[in-house]
Amino acid sequence: MGLLDLFKRTPPSASVAKERLRIIVAQERGTRGGPDYLPLLRRELLEVIRKYVKVEPDAVKVHVEREEGQEVLELSVSLPGKAAG
Amino acid sequence: MTEIIVVTSGKGGVGKTTTSASLSTGLARKGKKVAVIDFDIGLRNLDLIMGCERRVVYDFVNVIQGDCTLKQALIKDKRLETLYILAASQTRDKDALTLEGVRKVLDELIAEGFDYILCDSPAGIEKGAHLAMYYADRAVVVVNPEVSSVRDSDRILGLLASKTEHAEKGDGRVKEHLLLTRYSPRRVAAGEMLSVADVQEILGLDVIGVIPESADVLSASNAGTPVILNEGTDVSNAYSDAVERLLGAELPLRFVDAPKKGFFARVFGG
Repeated sequence: MGLLDLFKRTPPSASVAKERLRIIVAQERGTRGGPDYLPLLRRELLEVIRKYVKVEPDAVKVHVEREEGQEVLELSVSLPGKAAG
Repeated sequence: MTEIIVVTSGKGGVGKTTTSASLSTGLARKGKKVAVIDFDIGLRNLDLIMGCERRVVYDFVNVIQGDCTLKQALIKDKRLETLYILAASQTRDKDALTLEGVRKVLDELIAEGFDYILCDSPAGIEKGAHLAMYYADRAVVVVNPEVSSVRDSDRILGLLASKTEHAEKGDGRVKEHLLLTRYSPRRVAAGEMLSVADVQEILGLDVIGVIPESADVLSASNAGTPVILNEGTDVSNAYSDAVERLLGAELPLRFVDAPKKGFFARVFGG
């Protein structure tokens, strides 16, 4: 990096890449192995919730748990904090 | 005891075939009896990278369909005594390859006393990739330090954990390793590229090798020589290290730190 570069410093793109990957990979792992409709279900739920509350695109989490022969569909929605809402 | 290793990635163009060629050559150079199989039906390429394209008479599908024996289809490497290549078929019929057919060929190779069978997977998550990984004991997941490659690799890890014989039978899991290719320590140091640690953290895998970005890879493929045989180059040394690690050695990673710049380079850029 030369002297001139010091004046045009932007946030390192690798850390942006890492953060984006961390989120998307976690999300995709959550629905992995579950029924094929899970991603669509998640998306539609998000659309419905967004009609009423402003939530982040990754606010809805869908997870399938298997316990002794039965499957439990777990939904969690993180709502924005008081300040943000 | 034969070990079946799939070289896979999800994303195309990240270096699966280059890696299959170099790992199989490296294992054979250590005296192991190795067969490397091209699973990319319709798009035969491993033969070119190994430099044996003009000696392909019969292919993988010919063996499965009984057009020839396995012995007739195995191409003996010109450089190493114990290395054999099984070329992909160029048929457009994707159903030519079946799980039973693959099992039959693997069983025959096992009976022939091969130490390692490397399965060079096609890109994608379709049938070819599924067949390449199904019977694997280990997987080398080839990843570029780049977002789409990392994400696709995670999909592949999901399949390795569910759609393989080991996973379905529940007799243990496929042992997975991470092999980073096209790595540029200079760009990592500048914050422009995901580091080994970043990729390792996201995917949660142990690293079997880091291959630096290098012009030597293209010149080796131009010549039809597995790049591991280009002695003295960083890429060759990095692949040799990966082979040692496959065989159980614990070696520190090389070629992951940026070369120190001189005073003038630091002041004036470069």
